Amino acid sequence: MVEKGKMHFRIFRFDPDNDKSYHYDEYDVETLPGEVVLSALLDIQKKVDPTLSFRYSCRMAVCGSCGMVINGQQRLACKTQLSSLNGPEVVVEPLSSMPVVKDLVVDMGKFFANMKKIQPYLIRYSADPGKEVLQSPDEWRRIDRLVDCISCGVCTTACPVFWTNHSYLGPAALVKAYRFLSDSRDEGYNEHMEHVALDNGALTCKDAYQCTVSCPKSINPQEAIEGLRAMMLRKRTWEKIHHQTAEQAITTTS
Amino acid sequence: MHAVHHDVIVIGGGLAGLRAAVELADSGIDSAVVSRVHPLRSHSVAAEGGINAALGNAEESASDSPEIHAYDTVKGSDYLADQDAVEILVTEGIDRVYEMEHWGTPFSRTDDGRIAQRAFGGGTYHRTCYSADKTGHALLTTLYERSIKEGVVVYEEHLVVRLVLKNGRTAGVVALDLLKGKLVGIGARAIVFAGGGFGRTYRHTTNAHINTGLGTAVPYWAGVPLKDMEFVQFHPTSLPGTSILITEGVRGEGGILRNASGERFMSRYVKMQPPDLAPRDIVTRSMMTEIEEGRGFTGPWGPYLNLDVTHLPKRIIEERLGGIRELSQSFADIDPERKPIPVIPAQHYSMGGISTDNNGATPVPGVFAAGESACVSVHGANRLGGNSLLETLVFGRRAGISAASYVKKNDIPFDDTLVEQEVSAFGDYVQDLFSREGGKRIFDLESELQAIMEEDVGIFRSRDGLSNALERLKDLRKRVWNTGVSVHTLRYNLEFVRAMDLRAMTDLAIAGTSGALLRNESRGAHFRRDFRERNDEEWMKHTVSTFTPEGPLISYDPVRVTKFEPTRRVY
Repeated sequence: MVEKGKMHFRIFRFDPDNDKSYHYDEYDVETLPGEVVLSALLDIQKKVDPTLSFRYSCRMAVCGSCGMVINGQQRLACKTQLSSLNGPEVVVEPLSSMPVVKDLVVDMGKFFANMKKIQPYLIRYSADPGKEVLQSPDEWRRIDRLVDCISCGVCTTACPVFWTNHSYLGPAALVKAYRFLSDSRDEGYNEHMEHVALDNGALTCKDAYQCTVSCPKSINPQEAIEGLRAMMLRKRTWEKIHHQTAEQAITTTS
Repeated sequence: MHAVHHDVIVIGGGLAGLRAAVELADSGIDSAVVSRVHPLRSHSVAAEGGINAALGNAEESASDSPEIHAYDTVKGSDYLADQDAVEILVTEGIDRVYEMEHWGTPFSRTDDGRIAQRAFGGGTYHRTCYSADKTGHALLTTLYERSIKEGVVVYEEHLVVRLVLKNGRTAGVVALDLLKGKLVGIGARAIVFAGGGFGRTYRHTTNAHINTGLGTAVPYWAGVPLKDMEFVQFHPTSLPGTSILITEGVRGEGGILRNASGERFMSRYVKMQPPDLAPRDIVTRSMMTEIEEGRGFTGPWGPYLNLDVTHLPKRIIEERLGGIRELSQSFADIDPERKPIPVIPAQHYSMGGISTDNNGATPVPGVFAAGESACVSVHGANRLGGNSLLETLVFGRRAGISAASYVKKNDIPFDDTLVEQEVSAFGDYVQDLFSREGGKRIFDLESELQAIMEEDVGIFRSRDGLSNALERLKDLRKRVWNTGVSVHTLRYNLEFVRAMDLRAMTDLAIAGTSGALLRNESRGAHFRRDFRERNDEEWMKHTVSTFTPEGPLISYDPVRVTKFEPTRRVY
């Protein structure tokens, strides 16, 4: 009933315990309609090569484990339909610029370290009410898309600025900052903004738009970064006005 | 080799584990989470529909109360839940939901800004708080963020393979650090096991690949008893082929199940309105009956039925079911606004697990458990949708508190030497595995296990099927435990991981099948074609399994009834 197809996979391999350098292994895979890159990788692992290492878990684009580079593009393996790739050749590589642990598994340490810099939790100084903190549906809509981030690392490792500068917070951490700064319940402007406003924050982005193009959850990190810049500008203008008003006040009294 | 140690370690970084860890960090106890994946990758992240709490926020549910929530839960459990535990769940649950809101969970909102609530299966009122249809993701992300704030220490990508006991008390664990490819010992005076369910025992499951039950099997092998392992939930709606979950929230928002003639068949099985929102065990059996009697569709991935939302306003689908729309488009090539979603029941949840009391304690001193890997029991023979997320928070916190007070009360010295000896003994075991044949065999045996469970320990069961399954499982077990591993380095060795997982799945399957064969009645998710009625006189009791290599020793514990006397369960 189901028609089988054939695809040719070239997969990045590196085993630090046995290899001096990386290489590519080639596999022919029988495929079914509707099949995704992850199921093909699982098939290779199961039928051909048990030494192949990669991360995977939910297979439904919500756990964020299986970020990798597929035909040159950062994507989730579980959400990439084989039929969406051009032709029968599939090249699979680890997330760009990250240290390789083994094969397609990379060290995500720097990615999460950057995320932690923006103090990624709701900050409140007001006492919590006995029930929920009220938030209108419109206020909720402002964060609705932003909270969809699954921390897969696809956007950040698709960013050419991040490739050469791992100290740059990167789009995922900046989306996280913007998520809290846009939340009507949050009172931690200065805390979240601290690193965003420094070097390697929102102004280090060079508008390559690769984050927005690659995000598997259709979040628009570029827009979030622009939102952060607007917030910084508003804050600076506000401070300037207040500074002037204060100076005027001093001048007037003296 | 040098063993590290903490007063308490938590195995698993999902909702139950992180909630325990946050509690421990907050109380100043030296603690850490040990998880086979980064916490954000835990399967809690995939929960969709919501979390139940009688907040009374929805217009339709102004007269809701914890007591009615308790009644719904007990009736849903087919009276096997322990009612004092259910009372804890429904009362403390309200505080836990507000707490998650205060910590930042982006709950969907009512027009006046309160947490929005939707209808869910088996609930008298609209009681399920939700964050669109990505509630698990919203809660897990928030709890992970909170754990960063609390400075929770996490051993990421550490696979726990052995529980170390000393004189019958907790001493620590042996784990494989997947990134370094090294076995490590972690000493602990108390351990909270929160490793999730074992859905991968079945061929068709909504569960993630990591849900093999290893975190349940490790304490089981060391002598910690399991409870009610025969009760396995099959969710009515998953996508054919991939078994990806389609939330009950779809029906909560007005989605309708239809057979091949377009008929809303659920109204033939239950009297309640809407009939599609009967509890999961009932909807699943009704669907399979429709299919068995020839009223299903046939597709490339086998039979299926339709879940229809084409009549719902576009705004509802976009704002409340956006995740389902994305899943249907990405994985079934269907736009639910235009065409019905094809659905089929699939394994979803393990009601049974590590046997605990209401504080997460097991009979083994220092061993605690919470979440899906535990069985308190608040779900009895059938869990209501929206109650599992609630359980993780209520009993995750309780297990954290109990573990903290246990280590404060009992001044047990660490024994790093013993833990290191166990690491070294496990190292010998690994060498033995390397010397035996592995490779493709592991995957073949895994498929064999899943086929046995699906055929004979599934939605409809019988004595013949179950005893046949048990024999085949016991034969399979010999081969499973003789299998080796062909990849001889440990760094991110997925074959080794699967070899351990397979051992866990096989022994949990044997425990569940043994309990199911003995239970000569039908209750909740356990349906016997040869004993179609519930039998309270003989079976108002929990099945308790204690591990032996030959199969579990089975005993029974009474069910604790407080307010609700068992009556016939009619919807």
